[in-house]
Amino acid sequence: MTVVFFLMRITGDPITAALGGRLTPAELAARRAEAGYDRPLIVQYFDYLGGVLSGDFGTTYTDRTPVTEILTTYGAATFELVAYSVVVALLLGVPLGMIAARTRDRWPDAVLRIVAILGYATPVFFVGLLLKLVFSVGLGWLPVAGRISTRGEITMSTILNPSPFYLLDALRLGNMQLLSDVVTHAILPAVALGILTGGIFLRLVRTNMIGTLEMQYIESARSRGVPESRLTARHALRPALIPIVTVMGMQIAMMLGGAVLTETTFEWNGLGYMLAQYMKARDYVAVQGIVMMLAVIVALSNFVVDVIAALIDPRVRY
Amino acid sequence: MVALSGPRLRALRGEDVSMIFQEPSSALNPVFPIWWQIGEGLRAHRPKMTRKEIRAEAVSALEAVGIPDAAERIDRYPHEFSGGQKQRIMIAMALALGAELIVADEPTTALDVTVQAEILDLLRDVRDRFDTSLIVITHNMGVVADLADSVAVMYRGRIIERAGVKELFAEPREEYTKKLLAAVPHLGRRSAWTALSEEQQQEIEEAPPVVVAEDLVIEYPGRLGKPAFRAVKGVDFTIRAGQVYGLVGESGSGKTTIGRAIAGLERTTGGSLQVLGHEMNGVREKAFKPVRRRIGFVFQDPATSFNPHLTIQECIAEPLIVHEKALSAGQREQKVRSLLEAVELPGDYARRYPHELSGGQRQRISLARALVLEPELLIADEPTSALDVSVQATVLELFRELQQRLGFAALFISHDLAVVDSLAHRIGVLFRGDLVEDGHGPDVLQRPQHDYTRKLIASLPVPDPAEQAKRRAAFAREWGSGAAAS
Repeated sequence: MTVVFFLMRITGDPITAALGGRLTPAELAARRAEAGYDRPLIVQYFDYLGGVLSGDFGTTYTDRTPVTEILTTYGAATFELVAYSVVVALLLGVPLGMIAARTRDRWPDAVLRIVAILGYATPVFFVGLLLKLVFSVGLGWLPVAGRISTRGEITMSTILNPSPFYLLDALRLGNMQLLSDVVTHAILPAVALGILTGGIFLRLVRTNMIGTLEMQYIESARSRGVPESRLTARHALRPALIPIVTVMGMQIAMMLGGAVLTETTFEWNGLGYMLAQYMKARDYVAVQGIVMMLAVIVALSNFVVDVIAALIDPRVRY
Repeated sequence: MVALSGPRLRALRGEDVSMIFQEPSSALNPVFPIWWQIGEGLRAHRPKMTRKEIRAEAVSALEAVGIPDAAERIDRYPHEFSGGQKQRIMIAMALALGAELIVADEPTTALDVTVQAEILDLLRDVRDRFDTSLIVITHNMGVVADLADSVAVMYRGRIIERAGVKELFAEPREEYTKKLLAAVPHLGRRSAWTALSEEQQQEIEEAPPVVVAEDLVIEYPGRLGKPAFRAVKGVDFTIRAGQVYGLVGESGSGKTTIGRAIAGLERTTGGSLQVLGHEMNGVREKAFKPVRRRIGFVFQDPATSFNPHLTIQECIAEPLIVHEKALSAGQREQKVRSLLEAVELPGDYARRYPHELSGGQRQRISLARALVLEPELLIADEPTSALDVSVQATVLELFRELQQRLGFAALFISHDLAVVDSLAHRIGVLFRGDLVEDGHGPDVLQRPQHDYTRKLIASLPVPDPAEQAKRRAAFAREWGSGAAAS
């Protein structure tokens, strides 16, 4: 947070960015003094820090919204996107990784490894554009962008005290049309981001499964007549999952980086999309708040992942 | 067997032939409870078995191999059992499937001697009770003498000799077998102390002490809120100049901790430890640094104690670069070559990398590296336990010769009483952090003071079937059949 605070200050202030050139230097200085941007940096820093500790992230400069509000609305959107993509990545990466491990160094493995590399080496916005081109523009099956259609949005606005999660709201209403509207909007962004992470998961699962399949307890179970398919699916999967889950936690941090690009590509109004907007406007208050939130999400997901890893491994007891 | 494939081979695995592995810790899956793992074999052959039946089978199999409270412990995970118990569980798995033939690949190599005696006893018991055939694969001639009825000797992929166990030990036919049998250290046959003349013995006894430990205590700090673990509990001993002191004990007895403390790699907690005139308790790294060059260290595993990216030359010369800055590169190379010669390796090995050498060669290099600064004290932590018997014999011979020639004092740490006796002038036996025995080889072996030492000596199988049968009977009389506990 500290780093972001000072880095943003180096690039300039929001008032100059927004109004520079249109006002005289004297007027500009007056506006800056009014907002407190002429005080020494260290004073501004502690002022901000004090606010954060009391739960006040400040108000954005460009559109006068409290940052906490941005965090809940758009944070939920990002959370939704990342959650969908993790599901896609798991569905792609884990089974394919297991197949690659079992067919090690034969042709299915070779094909899958290339697929994995293509998955995580292709920039996520490029994958996004391709998907859009094929499924939205070409085939017309899925919507081009956004989280929900305009009609859906109107239906959604009728809900009393809506949650920031569209999927939950749609389920609560029990409106099938709305549900399919929300889901179809999510498919392309989730797949685009999921392919990226899925490629990494595939390689991760493959490597760890190969390592585990070479362990002596697998050989030992084989010597007792346990069939090969069961050796992979039951005996090797769980021990292999321990390192996999840990690395997956770190991957979620990477996914947030990918989310910024995905959200921009699909105009998905999440934290990443907003971050890009506010960054352009040099709105420090908003940027700091969002970066803080992203850091909290990363820390939380790593914590959850450590707990899961400990649950899988009977040797870890607290 | 050769013609079988796929499913038919799988059907045979476990049910007809079962296997027991060397390292029981890695042969059990760490994330599944014991009963489930025993059940996997059963389920593979009898898919219709219910969970209840499997659990009942698991309990009776564990009871058959002498695991106490089997009914309660089948839900435990492998890490909650000791090494010996894990090996019992492996045997239980073979029994649960009703295997007619059990192939045991070095079943006791990873275990302590006293536990080894119990497992060998259990295997013998299994053979008698269930009429199972056993194939034991081992390098340990003592185990062969203890367990086998007939023996096949393998050399470079061929069986070169086949004979009844008594015949093989009495009259080996092949040259290789003879050499192999001669290389096995036989407890009490060749004591390093009795090999010395009386003057030599007296000289060693009167030499100035190099290491003096008085009431030495070493503790490892416990995790938050837990008491510290006391690895060494008040130990007294003295190593004199030119003396080889052998330290024997099972895994976890604290022998390695003592070795590391003398080399300044471990902090002492209490008492006093004098090394080359320096007090180690509370010593600072800076004060100890000049002493460090006077101590050499040989590690147990030659595979991991070398940096794979350095050549042998760089590896041996490293201490010279640190401690003898005055030497030129040419002089260093000269020194390395003469050391390689001393450990009986060709000089051009200096340019090789560790992975290009065999285990025995690497352990010779280890010795050369430890001796490069001409230390007054050498600490050797299980230097031969990762080696084959015949290689072990040559490395031990080399050690003995170098020690006599260079006259350094040595702490020789080993779990093998026979090896220690053939090398050490004085023997100390450690048992759970206490030094229960301290004396010259023959005194310790023939007149052991402590019960544990007697058990240790009795459990060590000697490479002679007739003698071993007597020893086994004596062991059973005193400590009972090992099948009950571990």
